[in-house]
Amino acid sequence: MKAKPSLALRIAAIAGIAFLHFPLLIILLYAFTTEDRTYQFPPPGLTLKWFGVAFARQDMWAALGLSLRVALVATAVALVLGTMVAGAMYRFNFLGKDVVTLSLILPIALPGILTGIALLTTINRLGLEPSFWTIVIGHATFCMVTVYNNVVARFRRLTPSQIEASMDLGADGFQTFRYVILPGIATALLAGGMLAFALSFDEVIVTTFTAGQDKTLPIWFLSELFKPRERPVTNVVAIFVTAVTFVPILLAQRLTQSGEELHGGGKTT
Amino acid sequence: MQTAVQLINLTCIFGNVRAVDRVNLEVYSGEFFSMLGPSGSGKTTCLRLIGGFEAPSSGQIVLFGQDASRLPPYARDVNTVFQDYALFPHMSVLDNVAYALMVRGVPRAERHRRAGEMLELVKLSGMEHRRPSQLSGGQRQRVALARALINQPRLLLLDEPLGALDLKLREEMQIELKALQRSLGITFIYVTHDQGEALSMSDRVAVFNHGQIEQLDTPKGLYEHPQTEFVARFVGSANILEGRLIGLGEGRFALRPERVRLVAGSEPGAHRLVGRLLDVHYLGSQTRYEVQVEGGRITALAPSQEEILPAGSVVTLSWDATSLRPLADGIPARPEASV
Repeated sequence: MKAKPSLALRIAAIAGIAFLHFPLLIILLYAFTTEDRTYQFPPPGLTLKWFGVAFARQDMWAALGLSLRVALVATAVALVLGTMVAGAMYRFNFLGKDVVTLSLILPIALPGILTGIALLTTINRLGLEPSFWTIVIGHATFCMVTVYNNVVARFRRLTPSQIEASMDLGADGFQTFRYVILPGIATALLAGGMLAFALSFDEVIVTTFTAGQDKTLPIWFLSELFKPRERPVTNVVAIFVTAVTFVPILLAQRLTQSGEELHGGGKTT
Repeated sequence: MQTAVQLINLTCIFGNVRAVDRVNLEVYSGEFFSMLGPSGSGKTTCLRLIGGFEAPSSGQIVLFGQDASRLPPYARDVNTVFQDYALFPHMSVLDNVAYALMVRGVPRAERHRRAGEMLELVKLSGMEHRRPSQLSGGQRQRVALARALINQPRLLLLDEPLGALDLKLREEMQIELKALQRSLGITFIYVTHDQGEALSMSDRVAVFNHGQIEQLDTPKGLYEHPQTEFVARFVGSANILEGRLIGLGEGRFALRPERVRLVAGSEPGAHRLVGRLLDVHYLGSQTRYEVQVEGGRITALAPSQEEILPAGSVVTLSWDATSLRPLADGIPARPEASV
């Protein structure tokens, strides 16, 4: 029998959840308001016209497209590099390993503004033009950390004898990675990749330093908020993005759950 | 007899520990060869060197006449059954067994047919589509065996393969492994810390201590003629007598408990000791007696009698002079590497 929570605890829990989600409700509500200059409460009237206005905006689609492309490429880079670093850290002991681990985690631990300034300085020094690729590089620095953390934790659970068994049975390094290691770390890659994608998709600070003239979706949001008219358009786009990202999040949760079952069962071998 | 494995001055150093220290040995083709020793004695490292999972610090590994010291595991005609079985958890039993064929590019139908045959050989037909996590310990062991044998290796390495099984199952598997080895004619190198297992299955046994071989002999040779105190105590149990013995000279001698006769009363004489019975352990078919004599304790093992002597009785121990085995000095502990 589970103990029933006390009334005070229940009220505190509900208040906590309400505090977290109330702003989301506000965004939802003002996507339908007829007043486009101020957020007066209650809204004077409700309308669907902002959906039409928002979807007709070319700059919004451009920003969304850029954000998606940046997040996809940065995640792909992070998956490859993060896995390789995790593999190296798991397999080898070398002088200064702790320093390397720390320097890997720094981009996510440091304030974004420092990372941003550092990247901008480097980009200028190298004589590069801020572009799509500079945004990708900036995002990959911190996306890699989430992949690395997930994968290295999974590596520690993988028994080394499985890798040895694969080599013993005639598989070379690449085949061993393809058939034994990759299935073992697949769910960690999925989880790390999802997180990396989410981090990149809503990143503002590092992006402002590395983006130049391009606008990613979060930066587009920021600039929209300073405009005096058509404010509900940002709310519409926010709801749209939330709805679209919900699908992969649910999917990932499903997949990792069934994956855990599978790998959890195998732990006893 | 053809030589399957030859180790020449094989040495493997980890940090400042000589895990394997100048080991020389030959394993013959078709032999069931065991490496026996306590944990940390170097037997597993020796096996891993043969398998290619560790690189030797110096010395040579010759497999079937060819120097294999620096070959990676996949380039050796050797397969391994791992202590933890190391089955691939995300694959079915059939795919686990067929793995070696898959990485060599054997078509699916062909490799599944042959994997099915291997499963039949280890009596696991009907389990093809299960996952390793759905099998018992003994069944996983058989899958690991089938997986290692599918490549038809000339040499199979087994690293304490029965260690995780319960006693009854372990005894069954010992008999099956031995029968399998005979029928396939493959050379087995078997690592174990269980002296009973090593004695009952092996053609020859190498007893490891501190990274070196204390004695390499047949099971009977090891038990009947232990050369050092370590072997005498590790293989079976032994009384160690020290001093000048009539007709044998000065030194240390091993005396197996079952070679000691015990009678009630005090009857001193040559190759006899009088003492007091300290403790009696009734083991069923046999009874073990702990006897306090001048200068030490002697253990005697005798078939159980109707009447068992009570502790505290005065008894006389006797033995044949031929039962005493002179011992040489063993290998001293050498944790520091002299490099």
